[in-house]
Amino acid sequence: MMFYRLLSIVGRQRASPGWQNWSSARNSTSAAEARSMALPTQAQVVICGGGITGTSVAYHLSKMGWKDIVLLEQGRLAAGSTRFCAGILSTARHLTIEQKMADYSNKLYYQLEQETGIQTGYTRTGSIFLAQTQDRLISLKRINAGLNVIGIPSEIISPKKVAELHHLLNVHDLVGAMHVPEDAVVSSADVALALASAASQNGVQIYDRTSVLHVMVKKGQVTGVETDKGQIECQYFVNCAGQWAYELGLSNEEPVSIPLHACEHFYLLTRPLETPLQSSTPTIVDADGRIYIRNWQGGILSGGFEKNPKPIFTEGKNQLEIQNLQEDWDHFEPLLSSLLRRMPELETLEIMKLVNCPETFTPDMRCIMGESPAVQGYFVLAGMNSAGLSFGGGAGKYLAEWMVHGYPSENVWELDLKRFGALQSSRTFLRHRVMEVMPLMYDLKVPRWDFQTGRQLRTSPLYDRLDAQGARWMEKHGFERPKYFVPPDKDLLALEQSKTFYKPDWFDIVESEVKCCKEAVCVIDMSSFTKFEITSTGDQALEVLQYLFSNDLDVPVGHIVHTGMLNEGGGYENDCSIARLNKRSFFMISPTDQQVHCWAWLKKHMPKDSNLLLEDVTWKYTALNLIGPRAVDVLSELSYAPMTPDHFPSLFCKEMSVGYANGIRVMSMTHTGEPGFMLYIPIEGMDFIGRDALLQQKQNGVYKRLTMFILDDHDSDLDLWPWWGEPIYRNGQYVGKTTSSAYSYSLERHVCLGFVHNFSEDTGEEQVVTADFINRGEYEIDIAGYRFQAKAKLYPVASLFTQKRRKDDMELSDLHGK
Amino acid sequence: GQAGGEGSRSGSCTGLRGKSAERWRRCRPLLVGKNRLVSCRARRMCVCPGPRRIGIPVRSSSLPLFSDAMPAPTQLFFPLIRNCELSRIYGTACYCHHKHLCCSSSYIPQSRLRYTPHPAYATFCRPKENWWQYTQGRRYASTPQKFYLTPPQVNSILKANEYSFKVPEFDGKNVSSILGFDSNQLPANAPIEDRRSAATCLQTRGMLLGVFDGHAGCACSQAVSERLFYYIAVSLLPHETLLEIENAVESGRALLPILQWHKHPNDYFSKEASKLYFNSLRTYWQELIDLNTGESTDIDVKEALINAFKRLDNDISLEAQVGDPNSFLNYLVLRVAFSGATACVAHVDGVDLHVANTGDSRAMLGVQEEDGSWSAVTLSNDHNAQNERELERLKLEHPKSEAKSVVKQDRLLGLLMPFRAFGDVKFKWSIDLQKRVIESGPDQLNDNEYTKFIPPNYHTPPYLTAEPEVTYHRLRPQDKFLVLATDGLWETMHRQDVVRIVGEYLTGMHHQQPIAVGGYKVTLGQMHGLLTERRTKMSSVFEDQNAATHLIRHAVGNNEFGTVDHERLSKMLSLPEELARMYRDDITIIVVQFNSHVVGAYQNQE
Repeated sequence: MMFYRLLSIVGRQRASPGWQNWSSARNSTSAAEARSMALPTQAQVVICGGGITGTSVAYHLSKMGWKDIVLLEQGRLAAGSTRFCAGILSTARHLTIEQKMADYSNKLYYQLEQETGIQTGYTRTGSIFLAQTQDRLISLKRINAGLNVIGIPSEIISPKKVAELHHLLNVHDLVGAMHVPEDAVVSSADVALALASAASQNGVQIYDRTSVLHVMVKKGQVTGVETDKGQIECQYFVNCAGQWAYELGLSNEEPVSIPLHACEHFYLLTRPLETPLQSSTPTIVDADGRIYIRNWQGGILSGGFEKNPKPIFTEGKNQLEIQNLQEDWDHFEPLLSSLLRRMPELETLEIMKLVNCPETFTPDMRCIMGESPAVQGYFVLAGMNSAGLSFGGGAGKYLAEWMVHGYPSENVWELDLKRFGALQSSRTFLRHRVMEVMPLMYDLKVPRWDFQTGRQLRTSPLYDRLDAQGARWMEKHGFERPKYFVPPDKDLLALEQSKTFYKPDWFDIVESEVKCCKEAVCVIDMSSFTKFEITSTGDQALEVLQYLFSNDLDVPVGHIVHTGMLNEGGGYENDCSIARLNKRSFFMISPTDQQVHCWAWLKKHMPKDSNLLLEDVTWKYTALNLIGPRAVDVLSELSYAPMTPDHFPSLFCKEMSVGYANGIRVMSMTHTGEPGFMLYIPIEGMDFIGRDALLQQKQNGVYKRLTMFILDDHDSDLDLWPWWGEPIYRNGQYVGKTTSSAYSYSLERHVCLGFVHNFSEDTGEEQVVTADFINRGEYEIDIAGYRFQAKAKLYPVASLFTQKRRKDDMELSDLHGK
Repeated sequence: GQAGGEGSRSGSCTGLRGKSAERWRRCRPLLVGKNRLVSCRARRMCVCPGPRRIGIPVRSSSLPLFSDAMPAPTQLFFPLIRNCELSRIYGTACYCHHKHLCCSSSYIPQSRLRYTPHPAYATFCRPKENWWQYTQGRRYASTPQKFYLTPPQVNSILKANEYSFKVPEFDGKNVSSILGFDSNQLPANAPIEDRRSAATCLQTRGMLLGVFDGHAGCACSQAVSERLFYYIAVSLLPHETLLEIENAVESGRALLPILQWHKHPNDYFSKEASKLYFNSLRTYWQELIDLNTGESTDIDVKEALINAFKRLDNDISLEAQVGDPNSFLNYLVLRVAFSGATACVAHVDGVDLHVANTGDSRAMLGVQEEDGSWSAVTLSNDHNAQNERELERLKLEHPKSEAKSVVKQDRLLGLLMPFRAFGDVKFKWSIDLQKRVIESGPDQLNDNEYTKFIPPNYHTPPYLTAEPEVTYHRLRPQDKFLVLATDGLWETMHRQDVVRIVGEYLTGMHHQQPIAVGGYKVTLGQMHGLLTERRTKMSSVFEDQNAATHLIRHAVGNNEFGTVDHERLSKMLSLPEELARMYRDDITIIVVQFNSHVVGAYQNQE
């Protein structure tokens, strides 16, 4: 892979644009001691990329005590997207983990000048998020509720208050806004240089004008890095190459797929106003108008996320020439109109420049971090979806923790590289998908939104038949799954109109499907579930599984065990069901999106034994879930075999003939919590990881507990629905957030799941959560600022499960949303 | 009858030569002079006022031709009639069969079949229930039009039937050589007799697109548009898939879908007949299954297309002979069989383009030369009197004694313009069979003079076939698009112009130079003004989002300089229903755009 010497060009032209203050950058480059001398021949860690993410990873690794670190930058430090960044630090994010990262970044940058002596231009301006519609306001209220519980001050304010905070704003079309007073603006290039400088003082060696050609891998493990200046042996490699991370990942012999793609991003710079804007003027985000506006040197800086983004189409070398990106005023016109509508007084303001800077987007608008499932020691932090500055600090910290401790201090599964499958990484897919993702930055983000582009990557063999029956589809891990079936006489709303935070239009359809499942029989296509087979010549399969899984798997042949893979901390890595097919072979079923993660986890922990075979058979079986009280009747009719509990007990697996088909693996269990069977149709105990931690948990108790909440005074027709991420209050105190929720047609109530913590009232420290603690509390769930009464239940509600299911068969995993 | 005709002719001047008539002439200079409107369409028009394909004489009726009760239409028709080689015709009219054949909407009696002058049939016959239309027609015609349609009104008429489909780049199976297609239709008949269809084959690769031009009503074109693609898709299916589908039917399971339709909401399917149609189709695939010798041979697309066309026509004919216990269906299958339709169908699979054509619709390939200019490559032959080979074929298929009567005045048996068509059993069945079916048929059929009428010189049927001529073309990167259109387009525009207009439309989206601020002092307000102006300019140039709409705009609104004249467009579109058919035919267009990258990649593979 060719890496172009871009940044030397940037360096030469640096004086002319003059719009970004580079004097400090130049000084600090020398402060960061970027070297021109020969590279070391070995290091513990090589980081590729001298932007905000690379320097942040280096900074945190060195802070955590790792010393032998080399950072390589192909051009000059902080000269890629980091240099062009609009410099807005905003903590108002949709995911809690993102809020936490941004909050940490904010605190880090705030004290960085003091720590390093390098000016970063950090100014606490606060930011105001405008709502032109009620739906937007609901979305802001949801974010506001989330920010408050993690301690970020923010409030919902009236349009009148908005006008007081920013005198240039036209507020007549607003219904409200959210004010986040501690958000800031900062020079991202200077932040990166300050981080580099601090890292350098901690012993990190920084080399600029050095391009990584490819990463050397042996036996699935990083061994070194080949650069244009020579080789460096290393144990760890960190890909922080921003928009070039994709190509760099593919340049290895064992390619690492990092799905991201850059789009052109435009923002406008103006000359100062007649009365120059104060540097403390708050940043405005007008998502309905698709624009952001901040003060910039007495004038304004305003850009946005348009409906029709321009992906950077060229590949390889040309893509590196950031300088060649053209201003495109016609393309910017809608955003300019929007800006003048919001601030009519700017008409007479003189234009300075329209900046076109590449921003990198990922297929699901979440950044990418973690270790590659294919190459051990290969870490990635990239794809920041235009929030590199906001996330850079926190993301760098989590990745450093991940490398040093083996896992980060927060659950970052939502950002884990392993959430993507191989299907989601072709250039064409990415190009299409980012065109949908970029506008989504400012689109109203309603629950259960499905991406429209890059679909049908993988379909079940039954896809066509189900589609013919009116199936509406969602995508999980690149796999199409039916959501519900629209009856021929029923019309759903158009995509745009169906966006709501209230009762969705599919409610009645799902209700009748649920009824059918509960009273008769239904077939659900679950082919997307991850399926592995583990076989061995001797007892190795059993031994390794006993080690990897928490429950005893030495069960009689034909039995099924619900269990989980735990990490050293005793946390769940994966939950699954394992069937013992015979003495030496096991069949493992886990959720769809666990395919890459679970495979990597198993591979990492399995002994290298040629007699032990792990095979991914996900695509070799069509999986049908036969569910409902009549499931037994259907199956016995088709198989001519008695299916009574005596002949076919619960959690049992048999190979049998069904209809005309032979060799079908029938299991008496479901993933939905209803009685029924899983049909896998071919298309074609002792010590275990996490044992110590679990034992300790058993002794000491747990610090968080998955709890079910039933909303009592919630009107599903009129009230906002819970979806996920709603704060949970116990006796008025914040104790956690919901992780998922669904309407229960049986209880005719909303049911939410969430982890309940017990924070000490004095210190805020986490304390043990007992069943008593759960049971003796009054609970409320906060939906966009309104608190609904909730009943807490530690165990499933009996009426959820009908007669044939025995209570002791139930596992928590039955309650998981798959 | 004769007297009435003459009388109305002499009295006609006052009506049409009023203001409105003058306006029509101004707007369309062609129409003045030597009555060019008629001469330009004379080959499709005869006695009946509209440029129809079929006209038939009608046996006696109690109503005298052009009675006093209906002066307005006759006055209107006069200038047209005069030019319709009418000197020999002394009493004519058109049988108004649509009322039975089609739907409920109003229409003027016009026929695509040519009327044959016959002294014995010198009467005008039409259903009584249409009386009110004539009186209405008079009111309409005697009030000169005072209004022009505004541009938005024009657009709403032009766009009413437009449809676009973009092939998703990820259909999960293969990269398509088709980017998408635009289609549209503009009615002249009321109701429109043209139909269009587009569908993706789900169990085989490829996409099907077709235009169907009906005559003597829309029943046949409607049926063909619903059914033909299923016949083609089934013909293309491998043996195992056919078996699977048959087994699924047998055991009542959900069927494998074989077509994904891409339909405009106005493109309806008949619910009542779908069971009947399904059974016929099933019989077809059962026969295909039985015929399979076991050896797996590659399915030949050309053969499949020919078989499908022939089989469907055969089924249409059989269904009409057998009838149906349900009286509605029974009448429907008869209407389908006694009306007719041409078909021009393209099957695109990768670089393999097959065009199957029956009749006089046309498939035209738009090719971009190296210098950027556009040229047209015709991929179908018209089956009409202008085609020497067709004349030759017809003469060979019938005895020498009929050499002069088989094609008369450029029409089959002096009646029908297209030489190949679906339906039209009047040109296919023996006289015996026709009589038998009509006699045992429902009363409506028996009362229908058109169906009863046997073509003259009808000695050695069949005279007409639905067998298509199949052309194969291997797509090249320079082949940018394919235009499928009914003759309504081709008779108003030259093929070179069609290809040039579409080509320039598809490539010319981004003509304007980009703006750069450079070192100038520009305020946000100034820039905004400039950008808004550029955008309005852009949108007025490309107000059509659909290539087919763009083409119709040109076809209907082009002035002598080849540019769209709004005034003319407005007048053409505001023609009253009864008149529209005289100035233009139904137009149906599908423009298929190819993906040159994919086509190029295929080429490089080999």
